[in-house]
Order: sequence, then C-alpha cells, then structure tokens
Amino acid sequence: MTAALVLIAVVTLATAAVALSLRNLIHSALLLIASWFGIAAFYLWAGAEFVAFAQVLVYVGAVSMVVLFAVLLTRRSRADTVIAPDSLARAISAVITGVAVFGVLVAAILKSSLGRLSPAGVPALPGGTSVSPVISAPTATVREIGIQLMSTHAAALIIIGILLTVALLGAVILAAQDGPESKQESP
Amino acid sequence: MNLAVIPVAASVSEWSDSFLERLPLFARDWMTSWLPEPWRWLVNSLLSIAVILSVFGLLFAYVTLAERKILGRIQNRPGPNRTPIPFTKLRFFGLAQPFADGVKSLTKEDVVPRGADHLLHFLAPVVLLAFSILTFAVIPYGRHLVPVELNAGVLYFFAAGAATELAVFMAGWASRNKYSLLAAMRALAQLISYELPLLLAWVPVVLVAGTLSTTEIVAAQSGWQFNVIPHWYVFTPWGAAGFAIFMIAALAESNRSPFDLPEAESELIAGHLTEYSGFKYALFFMAEYFGMIALSGMAITLFLGGWHAPSPYLEFIPSYVWFMGKLSVLLLGFIWIRATFPRLRMDQLTRFAWKFLVPLALINLGNAAFWSLSLHWSGPFQILRWLISVLVVVGPFVLLGRKLSAGVAPRVYRYAV
Repeated sequence: MTAALVLIAVVTLATAAVALSLRNLIHSALLLIASWFGIAAFYLWAGAEFVAFAQVLVYVGAVSMVVLFAVLLTRRSRADTVIAPDSLARAISAVITGVAVFGVLVAAILKSSLGRLSPAGVPALPGGTSVSPVISAPTATVREIGIQLMSTHAAALIIIGILLTVALLGAVILAAQDGPESKQESP
Repeated sequence: MNLAVIPVAASVSEWSDSFLERLPLFARDWMTSWLPEPWRWLVNSLLSIAVILSVFGLLFAYVTLAERKILGRIQNRPGPNRTPIPFTKLRFFGLAQPFADGVKSLTKEDVVPRGADHLLHFLAPVVLLAFSILTFAVIPYGRHLVPVELNAGVLYFFAAGAATELAVFMAGWASRNKYSLLAAMRALAQLISYELPLLLAWVPVVLVAGTLSTTEIVAAQSGWQFNVIPHWYVFTPWGAAGFAIFMIAALAESNRSPFDLPEAESELIAGHLTEYSGFKYALFFMAEYFGMIALSGMAITLFLGGWHAPSPYLEFIPSYVWFMGKLSVLLLGFIWIRATFPRLRMDQLTRFAWKFLVPLALINLGNAAFWSLSLHWSGPFQILRWLISVLVVVGPFVLLGRKLSAGVAPRVYRYAV
C-alpha cells in the first residue's frame, strides 16, 4: 500500500505547491481545494472514513466557498497579485521562518505518542488503549467516534463549539456595521 | 443514558431469497464466473457502475420527457408528441423525444467566449456531473443491491453533494461574464443556505436509527405495526416534518422550481449557464436531474423505508421494484410542484431557509430525541407521546409561520373588472 500513500502525498503536495506559485488567485484557490481532496484521500487510505467524508463536506463544501467569496469580493484587478519577494532579506527571513515552523511541527509530531511505537508495533494512545494497525480493518466506527466525542472529549467539543459561536458572532458584528438604514422588513 | 435499541439486523423475510430478489446477483455471478478470482471484484464494481449509469441515464431521459408531457397536460396542452421513432414514421406519444434532444445537443456548436478560462469552462460541467454520479454509490436500490457499503454512507452522500457546489462557481467564474459571476454567486448563496436544512433534516433519522450506514437505516425501518402500518420514519411526527423539510431543501439543492432562480430565463439570462451551449449545457441539465434522482433516492432510504414494501402481503413484489415505484412517485411530485408554484425571489428564498426551515429542523431534532427516549412508555402513555410529538411539530410551524408573514398575509386580491 505504499504506492498509494506515495501517490496521495505527491498529489497533495504538488497541488499545494502549484497553488502557491500561480499568479491567478482563483486558480490557486481551486488547486488548494484539490489538495484538500488529497488530504481526504489520505484519511481514506488510513481507514478513517468518517473523517475523510467530514473533511470533504467541511473543507470542499464550505471553506472553499468562503475562500472563493473572499477572493472575489476583495480583489481589485487581475494584474494585482505580485508574487516576487520585496527584497533578499525578506526572502531569507521567510525561508528561515518556514523551516522553523516545519521543524517545530515535526518535533511535536515525533514527540507525541503517535510517533512512538509500542513493542507490539502498535502506536500507543495516552489513555492506554491502543488502535489496531492500519493494515487490518479499522475499528474506529462512527459509533465509537461519537461515544468518544460525547464522553471522553466532551469538554473539547463544547469549547470548540463556543469558539465557533464567538467567531460567528464576531463576523456578524463586523458585517453589521452598516446598521439600521439597510434593514428591510418586507418578506 | 439508555437509548432505545432498535434491531439493526437485516430484515429476514421469507421473500429475501426468492428468485426475483436474487436475479441481479445471479446475473452478476454468471457474468463474472469465467474470470479468474482476483479480477472478480473489479468486474463487479465495473458492472455496478455500468448498470447505474445505464439505468439512471435512461431514467433521466424519460424523466425529462415525462416532465414536459405532464407540465403540458397541467397547462392544458399535449407536450411533445411529434418525434417519430427512428427510421419509421410512427409517432408514439413523443417517446423518442429524449433521443432527439440528445442528438440536438450533441450537434450544436460549442461556443466558448474568447476571454473565458477554457480549462475551467470545460471542467465545470465535468466536475458537476462526476460528483452527482458519485452520490449514487451508497443508495440501497434493493435488498441485495448496494453498490458500495460504507459505514458512513449518508455522510459520503452529502459530502459528494457539497462538492458539486464548486462546479457552479467554476461555471460562473470561467465564463468571463459579469452577469454569470453575479448569478453564480447567487446560486451559491442559495445552495449554501439550503444545505443546512438538508443536513439537519436527516440528523434525527441517524439519531433514531443509531447508524450512518444506509443499509442499516433501511433495515431499521423494517416490519409493520399491527401488520398494517410500516415502521417507516415518515409515519412518525418528526419523520413527516423531517421528510417535508428534506424535500423542500432537495428542491432547492437541485435548483428546481420554485427555487430555480439560478437557471430561470428571466433572471440574468441563464445565470451561471449563460455561456454554455450544446453538449456542456446538456451535461449541466443531466447533472441537475441526477441530483434530483439521487436526493429522491436518499429521501426514500432515510424516510420512506428504502426498498421495503408497504404491506406484508405485497412482499412478493421484488424490493427494487418498490424502490423504483417510490422513486417515480417522488419525481412526479417534483414535476407537479414545478407546474404549480411560482418562483421564489432571492430574498424570499434565503429568508425561508434561514428564518423558517433551520429553526424548524432544529426543533425537529429535539422532537426526535424525545421520541427515541420515550420508546418504552407503556400503554396509554404512547398516546401522550404521539400527542406531544405532533404538537411540537405543528405548534412551532404555525407560530413561526404566522410571525414571519405578519403584515403580509392574508393577501387581498383585486381583479380588474
């Protein structure tokens, strides 16, 4: 199955890289959407069906719309996007920052329990329960995900919900600055 | 918290092994029998793809004909009846009309504006059709007829449906036409607004059935109460409300009347389809009808009991015949609604979705939760359970409807005399 993983990785990274380098902003947005599909394919390869479909539903179905609306409503002209860096110093500091972030992420992933394999070759989770290796059939059914979300990780779910509600309210307040004179009542 | 456990085992009736039920399986096994073992799964998949494409392709063709004839009859005219069967002079109720339409759209000149983004202009109908066809994979068409059995089947269906919205945007943007872009944005706003009631309408079904798998949801609706009333979810109060919300949102998601603002001729010419002609237009058309058929199929799976027969005495009729019968009824309902209701304006449309359907769908979710918690109430309390459930459906509907149409209804009609 490594051939499938390599293919998915190549497609995801290639579309993301090309998305970063194109002049046309809409084309970049569409290629980014293709790379999100690649991530969904990766989740499917890893056996996480629910997460893969949720990724497509949320990212391709909703976040893509947000990105496209934002791009379309704020761009001024087609020749406006400049992709060359301003100066050499800025380019060098950009590369250093990128490498630093990459290093931090890799270190975080390797330090977590998913980076350590127990003697049986199975990654160990903090709770002491182990997940079966991806070669056999996945045991994370939707029912188990639901039970875990509602019992073990209920606090995280509720906090994320509150965060999203705050963000939504903030967006509404920002957008409603034009107040009462644009209100219309007739249905 | 002990939610009621509904038996999820596949319904085993004495007709599940009958010859007619297993006929598709016999045909498939016969066709793959002379292939070596490792290739069988590939040919099985290819066979199911071919069958779905041909059956639903033909169904699409004849639904367009049925729509034009039925619309015509409701409007007191006969509809298309002049196309003869090829190579003869027989005109037989216009039955060859879909093929005439196909030939016309294939031979029309494919006009692409010079400044248009050619790649995206080409890809938009392809992406739309691809994702619309992908949604057909998880619908159980019969007792043993599911193309792909997924643990999270319902989520897959709506994820693939959500990805079709991207193609609408691509079509509008690639046409390099301000009015196309504007209309594409409006179409997107409509699609996003109605996605929320669509998704909220089936969450109660998943709550009560306890699973996201389409085959198990159909199995959970098996059996009959007192051998007369099926256990379909549409015969429960929250199920009826959920079915109504689902059908309305399905009408809006497939851009059907009365929500066909994106493709109406009086609205920005043809909306995001203005710069499309010939076969690409036919592909958009096909994708819209496929979306309609797939959403009807999912409504049947979630609310109308899938391939189950409505009565235990009618079980000798094979399950796929029942599925097709229910599908035909729903599609005829779509056509009837098209002939009857006037089109909604953009602000009326979005107001309807956000202010009316979303609160009702959320209340419906609470109603379904109450329903599943009160499953074990004894004897006369069951009547109370039904009463409370019906009140929670009807009450908010009437109150919200009255409040939202305050100052407008009742309308006074003045006729020119």
